[in-house]
Amino acid sequence: MEYFLQLFSSGLTRGSIYALIALGYTMVYGIIQLINFAHGEIYMIGAFVALIVSGVLTIYGFSGASILVFAAVVAVIYAAAYGYTLERIAYRPLRGAPRLSPLISAIGMSIFLQNYVLLAQTPDFLPFPALIPEFEFIEPLAHIIGSAELVILTVSTISMIALTALIKYSRIGKAMRATQQDMHMARLVGIDVDRVISVTFVIGSVLAAIGGVLVGSYIGQINFYIGFMAGIKAFTAAVLGGIGNIPGAVLGGLVLGLSEAFAAGYISSAYEDVFAFGVLVLILILRPAGLLGRAVKQKV
Amino acid sequence: MLKVRGISTYYGNIEALHAVSLDIAEGEIITLIGANGAGKTTTLMSICGLTPPRSGDIEFHGQSVVGMKPDRIVQMGLVQVPEGRRIFPNMTVLENLELGAYLRRDRQGVRQDLDYVMDLFPILAERRTQMGGTLSGGEQQMLAISRALMAKPKLLLLDEPSLGLAPLVIKQIFEIIRKINQEQEVTVFLVEQNANQALKLAHRGYVMENGRIRFNDTADRLLNNDLVREAYLGL
Repeated sequence: MEYFLQLFSSGLTRGSIYALIALGYTMVYGIIQLINFAHGEIYMIGAFVALIVSGVLTIYGFSGASILVFAAVVAVIYAAAYGYTLERIAYRPLRGAPRLSPLISAIGMSIFLQNYVLLAQTPDFLPFPALIPEFEFIEPLAHIIGSAELVILTVSTISMIALTALIKYSRIGKAMRATQQDMHMARLVGIDVDRVISVTFVIGSVLAAIGGVLVGSYIGQINFYIGFMAGIKAFTAAVLGGIGNIPGAVLGGLVLGLSEAFAAGYISSAYEDVFAFGVLVLILILRPAGLLGRAVKQKV
Repeated sequence: MLKVRGISTYYGNIEALHAVSLDIAEGEIITLIGANGAGKTTTLMSICGLTPPRSGDIEFHGQSVVGMKPDRIVQMGLVQVPEGRRIFPNMTVLENLELGAYLRRDRQGVRQDLDYVMDLFPILAERRTQMGGTLSGGEQQMLAISRALMAKPKLLLLDEPSLGLAPLVIKQIFEIIRKINQEQEVTVFLVEQNANQALKLAHRGYVMENGRIRFNDTADRLLNNDLVREAYLGL
């Protein structure tokens, strides 16, 4: 039972990171039907910026939690700027082009950003300091859930609740939903659609950067390539839940994380990816639109 | 109020509008009639900035709107109810109406206008929490008109509001259009295939064929024009 709970909490932790990144894929897809393949790289850049900032702060004698918060804030700002710029230079000029063109542009940006970090930083793995402090109160539960896992779960839950509230109640959130449902009509009620798309990229990038900082601190090492696998997994999570569907991305991330953790724990860690993608194949056979994806019925 | 001067609009290399000119004065109901594919919808889309014309000029209140972004045009009071109604399907009736007022900052005024449209179409008040996509065609048309009114239009552009609706509902919608024109002092530009009813409602009319304006006269005279009667009224 204890082993099960341990796997469960580590599965949830992984899953919530996948979910954070998957939200960026699904929001962008929902609005402009583009798979933003460079999204994983934004996550990677977030982790790198946090590493650099924490290195500097450590030299100046800051400690633990304060570094984490500050590094996360800087990483989020950086990632937001990257996400915004990415959309401006790689996707906006292709608005109205056939769907394949921005997709190829996305793959190009992904390769470009990976190689940029490779050259500007290093091809090797860099150690990432454990920024998340060890809480004493969690000591009795340490065999089930660690401090880092608890922080990751809490931060990602808060981020997702904040996102949901933003989309449901705020003015920009309503504009995002309207644009997703009918971009043409959104323009006719006076929504600046270009701005909505920019905001969507910025929000997705912010969530990815939060994920990057948390994972860096949790796993303890990063390199230029971490965005690729995380991106593929998160994309899988988004498809699993029903691409374009926000609760679906969260559910998909959790299902993926849990099935990976249980496969690794009960079978062999060599099989975790086999299991993760096996679940994807199975769900897509049974429910092609994803877990929460649905063909919306509409009267005409 | 609105002056359209010789606009030509293209889709790729296809010229959809050939030097179209129109004039709409404040307080009027003007109709534009014509067959399928004549260029009526393109005319509206050109005015709203979604398919800007390649040549010619469009002036609204003396200011050229060609090349302006669609949201700036809406802000000026030029608001369209598009063909097919285009209700946001997964948003409630209330949210659809709120989006109509997206660019407005006067909360008080928005609340008043919300009451006004719910008064105009009581069915919308009844269905306020229902998803837009689940409404009937007639209800959706009422919602689409109300959503446009929430933007406080000076000139309301209506694209085939009668499309696919039962005769009784069409009658109700046309009466409301007249009411809006008189009570709210909203100028109306009505694009219709239903020429007979449109001309009975309008003060003046334009007849469009193959991307050009063929006739332009008072509605009464168009109703009695032999060519129009034969081609569009089926008499």
